[in-house]
Amino acid sequence: MLYYILRRILAMIPTLLVISLLTFFIIELPTGDYITNQIAALKAVGEESSIGKLEFLRKEFSLDRPFLERYLIWVGLWPGPHGLDGLLQGNWGWSFEFDKPVEEVIGPTLPLTVVLNFATILFVYVVSFPIGIYSATRQYSWGDYGFTFLGYIGLATPNFLLALILLYFFNRWFGLSVGGLMAPEYIDQPWSFDKAMSVLAHLIVPTIVIGTSGTAAMIRRLRANLLDELHKQYVTTGRAKGLKENQLLIKYPLRMAINPFIADIGNLIPSMVSGSVIVSVVMSLPTVGPVLLSALQSQDQFLSGFILLFVAVLTLIGMLISDLLLAVLDPRIRLGGRASS
Amino acid sequence: MSMDVKQTPARKVEHYVDPTPFNPAVAEEMTPEQERFYQASQWKIMWWKFKRHKIAVWSGVILILFYLCVPFAEQIAPYTANQRDSLHLYAPPQQVHFFHEGRFVGPFVYGMTSEIDMDTLQWVFKDDPNNVQRIRFLCRGADYKFWGMFTSNVHLFCPAKGGTLFLLGTDRLGRDQFSGLVYGARLSLTVGLVGVTISIVLGLFFGGIAGYFGGILDSMIQRMIEILRSLPELPLWMALSAALPVTWSPVWIYFGLTIILGLLDWPGLARAVRSKLLSLREEEYAKAAVLMGAKPGRVIGRHLLPGFTSHIIASATLSIPSMILGETALSYLNLGLRRPSVSWGVLLNEAQNISVVTVYPWLMAPVIPIIIVVLAFNFLGDGLRDAADPYK
Repeated sequence: MLYYILRRILAMIPTLLVISLLTFFIIELPTGDYITNQIAALKAVGEESSIGKLEFLRKEFSLDRPFLERYLIWVGLWPGPHGLDGLLQGNWGWSFEFDKPVEEVIGPTLPLTVVLNFATILFVYVVSFPIGIYSATRQYSWGDYGFTFLGYIGLATPNFLLALILLYFFNRWFGLSVGGLMAPEYIDQPWSFDKAMSVLAHLIVPTIVIGTSGTAAMIRRLRANLLDELHKQYVTTGRAKGLKENQLLIKYPLRMAINPFIADIGNLIPSMVSGSVIVSVVMSLPTVGPVLLSALQSQDQFLSGFILLFVAVLTLIGMLISDLLLAVLDPRIRLGGRASS
Repeated sequence: MSMDVKQTPARKVEHYVDPTPFNPAVAEEMTPEQERFYQASQWKIMWWKFKRHKIAVWSGVILILFYLCVPFAEQIAPYTANQRDSLHLYAPPQQVHFFHEGRFVGPFVYGMTSEIDMDTLQWVFKDDPNNVQRIRFLCRGADYKFWGMFTSNVHLFCPAKGGTLFLLGTDRLGRDQFSGLVYGARLSLTVGLVGVTISIVLGLFFGGIAGYFGGILDSMIQRMIEILRSLPELPLWMALSAALPVTWSPVWIYFGLTIILGLLDWPGLARAVRSKLLSLREEEYAKAAVLMGAKPGRVIGRHLLPGFTSHIIASATLSIPSMILGETALSYLNLGLRRPSVSWGVLLNEAQNISVVTVYPWLMAPVIPIIIVVLAFNFLGDGLRDAADPYK
């Protein structure tokens, strides 16, 4: 098992390198950079005096070097103006727009981003698991039809629209401000039980909103997998030998059906992280989503680059966890490498 | 011979032989239905199978109706998309009535009176029950340029002369929401088609190479697909569309967007193509073609591709909705299309501020066609996927 974990983590390193290169390439796509745009703007106004400072900044952040060199400096594999000083050394870069290190700009938003995403994944597991089993064991019952219908609606409604609709109705029916992290009266208040509860209440709606489509997809998958298994011979044999219905279900078909279920969560994670970004923008949650949007709009390249990379790493870790879970559950997978060779 | 057998004296129980001549085809004769099935082409069988999926068929019909807006937006919409009515800012939807004071008049709307609420400083619109404005059909209304070429003013229906017809209300600048939706369909609905075409081309190319040649090319492309699939789509779309130059014309932005949407979507398709190719490559007819000296392009295009065209169409249909939603999300965030281009996402942009939406809920109208179209594409894709393998 240890061997498997080690191998799986090592396999992430080249992936990370490719992803970081891709991210850097994408954020460098717009013509010019933040500083050259500033310089052009200053020149247009005729204010040449502060250009010197900007030129200095350009040198300082080595924006005048060729692409590959800039990338290596950013990652920290190549000595920049201050020696090796990049992501690997813990320097996340500089945000031009906020005139602060990236760390300070998005530091406060990172925990919430992680919490929100993991809460969503947990939500998907917890909700879709029992419903999937129910739908499969009571196929064609009213409950099954109901959940299938809800599932289709959940799949078809894009999460940011769902957020918008929920915001509207909550505001109308309960006069509740669903957006933001807490009710307005708690902002700038010291932490108290009520404030914590308010934060929790405000996290529930986004979790549901982001998780809906994933839950719907997982219910469909688990239902289909379990239905396939339920019609197999060994289930009939077990029943004929007098196993109780619940015992039978948990002991055999469920175990078989749960594998693709967990593997699929891994595939769903990217779309959930995507969802959390846009839902955060719509519901003005202080996660990396809104920061990313403003950084992209103002071409604050190190900030947006770091967020993109962070989000990608988050999905990779999520997939790693789902892979490890799968290996725990299924010995064929963790031994696969050695058995087949 | 039967005669001989019959005439031998019957001492034991007679061995009965049917005197009628034997027809060997009888045993294998099929019912007309079966015969029809065996003689039908692959596509015909798929169509029969697809027809049995009632929801999918209805989804197809609904989609065709929606897609009618693409060529005929100008005729269907009573106004043009960017036409402003400064007297009706944030006007609520006008309900269509048929009976006025118990008398049948045909479809009509009541005219609106407007006054300013001095407390909130907002326009308040009220129905004027004496002002019956009958909706005109096949009539002359606002001027438009059909497909940007011919000037005309014929509409499917338009407001009464001097009246208004805002079926879904108006926005901040008095632009009719319903007309906006009809015009927006033009971009929103085609973005998915163009994007999917790009994604199919890329998917076929990379999936084809990986599946046909295998080896190191295969594993390289496989790695690339894995990495692309592990990335969250939306942040990348956001970053890519933020990179589109602001100076581009709307048409260029539109094509840039479709390319961006297609660029991240192909891995799924490439994977399907690859696995299909891997299995079809081993078929005898493919080997025969290779032995006869056909070039890889010909083997793939002529012999292998027809074997899974239906699958490609089905999975492409299933990826259209995510592209439509992608465009909507980007335009909603101000990263995609902008006015004067009109798409459903651009219209939703007006609904970005929740306090505006609570006062003027009809700004959320674009949500409805989006959900209907996405659902319809999902059902249609399900039906197509089930029908794609007709011999199962």
